[in-house]
Amino acid sequence: MHTKTREIFRGILSFLLVGGAGLLVSCSKRESPVERGIREQVLHRGLSADPAELDPHIITGLPEINVVSTLFEGLVAEDPVDLHPVPGTAESWEVAPDGLTYTFHLRASARWSNGQPVTAQDFSNSIRRVLTHSLGADYATMLYVLVNAEAYHKGALKDFASVGVQTPDARTVRFTLNHPAPYFLSLLTHPAWFPVYLPALEKSGTPFERGSRWTQPGSLVGNGPFVLTAWKRGEVIVVEKSPTYWDAAAVRLNAIHFHPATDVESEERAFRAGQLHITEALPVGKVDTYRREQSGALQIGAFLDTYFYRLNTTRPGLSNVKVRQALAAAIDRTAIVEKITRGGQQSAHSFTPPGVGDYVPPEALHGNFDEARRLLAAAGYPGGQGLPPLEIMINSSGNHRAIAEAIQEMWRRELGAVVRINNMEQATLLANRRTLDYQIMRAEWSADYLDPKTFLDVFRSDSNNNHTGWTNPNYDTLLFEADRTADPAARQLLMQRAETILLTELPIIPIYYYTSVRLVHPSVHGWHPTLLDRHPYKDVWLEP
Amino acid sequence: MLRYTVRRLLQIIPVLFVIITATFFMVRFVPGGPFTAEKAIPPEILKNLEAHYGLDQPLWRQYLNYLRSIAHGDLGPSFKYSNRTVNEIIGDKLPVSLELGALSLVVALVVGLTLGVLAAVRRNSWLDYLASSIGMLGICVPTFVLGPLLVLYFAIHLGWVNASGWYTWQDRVLPVLTLGFVYAAYVMRLTRGGMLEVLNQDYIRTARAKGASETRIVLKHALRGGLLPVVSFLGPAIAGILTGSFVIETIFQIPGLGREFVNSAFNRDYTLVLGTVILYASLIVVLNLAADIAQVWLNPKLKFE
Repeated sequence: MHTKTREIFRGILSFLLVGGAGLLVSCSKRESPVERGIREQVLHRGLSADPAELDPHIITGLPEINVVSTLFEGLVAEDPVDLHPVPGTAESWEVAPDGLTYTFHLRASARWSNGQPVTAQDFSNSIRRVLTHSLGADYATMLYVLVNAEAYHKGALKDFASVGVQTPDARTVRFTLNHPAPYFLSLLTHPAWFPVYLPALEKSGTPFERGSRWTQPGSLVGNGPFVLTAWKRGEVIVVEKSPTYWDAAAVRLNAIHFHPATDVESEERAFRAGQLHITEALPVGKVDTYRREQSGALQIGAFLDTYFYRLNTTRPGLSNVKVRQALAAAIDRTAIVEKITRGGQQSAHSFTPPGVGDYVPPEALHGNFDEARRLLAAAGYPGGQGLPPLEIMINSSGNHRAIAEAIQEMWRRELGAVVRINNMEQATLLANRRTLDYQIMRAEWSADYLDPKTFLDVFRSDSNNNHTGWTNPNYDTLLFEADRTADPAARQLLMQRAETILLTELPIIPIYYYTSVRLVHPSVHGWHPTLLDRHPYKDVWLEP
Repeated sequence: MLRYTVRRLLQIIPVLFVIITATFFMVRFVPGGPFTAEKAIPPEILKNLEAHYGLDQPLWRQYLNYLRSIAHGDLGPSFKYSNRTVNEIIGDKLPVSLELGALSLVVALVVGLTLGVLAAVRRNSWLDYLASSIGMLGICVPTFVLGPLLVLYFAIHLGWVNASGWYTWQDRVLPVLTLGFVYAAYVMRLTRGGMLEVLNQDYIRTARAKGASETRIVLKHALRGGLLPVVSFLGPAIAGILTGSFVIETIFQIPGLGREFVNSAFNRDYTLVLGTVILYASLIVVLNLAADIAQVWLNPKLKFE
């Protein structure tokens, strides 16, 4: 009996061994995608999410913007180092002295990927598309800076001709603004302002509605330095150098492969296995290791994104400004960025992060425990006595819990506050935010363009993103005046005064400014960390 | 048997109806919606979007519309992937999950059955202890530990395969081994248990007394009965393994249906949630039926009743 079993066993074992050996022989050490990429100028880059759409007028997230910015180009493009506006599809422009009229002159050599010239009419069509309400473009409000754009979008005005975009000839686009906007050129680098080729959209369905299939490889017509050649959902998006791009001679990469990496740990392993030149992120726990190893791969850059707590100012306790000030002062932000986030983040002393043009945010917030206790006592809750219990609502991801626990302990220790942490899934959290069904809620805000307005507008009383129950007419007035002030210095002063109000009344508690933390292979050149984490890929190349 | 099968298949219809109805309303009563985002969408734009997808109609009408469209085999448009339908997403991702699942199943059955049979036949020998230890390990070590360990050695250290992705056949090796190993452990333990019970039966002693060879006894007489617990396990297990594993697909960045299933719930992609639930439920019901039929076929004590 035993000999027989042994025979069966031996048979199976040898089968497995032969199979295994065959496998091993067939996969000896090979040239990694990164090495091959360097040889062939093919960049492999991770994306934090699988892009849901590649329609520049519908997309909202950074992963999508990263891909779409290779396929389309606005009137102005971005400088690879600091993103300042540089000539794009327009070779030059003039701004009227009152700052209300911008006239752009298109390049004669600007072409769509099907060879057709890019015309002023294409830009006008695209703006009409974004402002057509049936498209439901999230960023349509960004175009409200144009005269009559809001009225047209909301249906109050039917005639598009009265919207502030004119095309005097095929190569001239003129915008008329509601108010001077020194950030207007920066605004134009957002995909909502990118042109689309309407005839291509018409071929694939209804251009002014959702659900059109025009963004598939083969049917997508763009005017950017690259063209879409493959889009395998959840796997890879491939763009290849466009021969019709006006500056094709300057584009050095032959292709970019965008790999959606929904898990940061997997993405880091893929980087180590030689599959990616650039990752989207890096797990917090690995930052110190890469810093120690000094391999040159770790890249930390400032990024216009603020981590903050929203306070529901309609709740007892939190409705008292002194309580809010006490809570804001009783946070040791340095400890949070040094012990928890550890990716070079900076403690936040304002809502607008520093570095937005020449704007200097007021430095209002500093951890001061004595001051915090004094403020709380002045509010009528000495030593936290009588203070209603607080609840911090967080979404279950990243290090939100660790941060909330640190703050919970600081408030308990320094103020005697009873604090509970309630963690929930993101969409549920946001539903509670909309109905003001929370006390304190973790939040963040990232910039859409390079101007403090992208931050300060959030807490206007008519803002759709305020969600704190806090309004202040002076704050609104200052921002309204800032919008109508052409002089940059005077405008900044108005915005600083507005932000000072925000940081005194504190419907929010800023905690830290985000950074972008990622791995970049040493072979990548022309890639810089930028404040909006956008990267003009036409300037990137690979060299060992 | 035909009557039995037809009757069971007909029972699927009310079961699916209840599942669809319950899921439809549960997913709607969850807070948040498909267009909820950190940067809130302006109300007028939200209204347009809801009108576009028919979300502005009364819930009962949406429900009836949905039932009507699935009766025509149309699972509706996805809310998150605005240019895709749920049918397309499932058509795109299911084959990936099927491939991963089928290969893992082969690994699980080959390894699990072999080890289970050997452990039972050579009970209390070193072989049994080895097989049982492997079985224990497979159940105890989670895939999110085993997967990265395999990646660390084979992809990063040796550089033989990619750490993640689903591009070449080499990319199949590590996820298939990881997923297969877990199921192999269960199959091994169930096979061993089933075989031990059968090997003590009278008819095995009879076969031995008649001088049948050990191979013949094991493979022809004992295995059929010994596999019964494995078969009843495999019904729901195959449904699970084929519809994709969220953990494996995340660790290895595989574009399968498992990730869509989980993420659709986070995205409140109502139609995609329903589509994947319907698919999953149908598979479970059908495969349970198949397992029951196989049971009867393998076990002479059972009849189609």
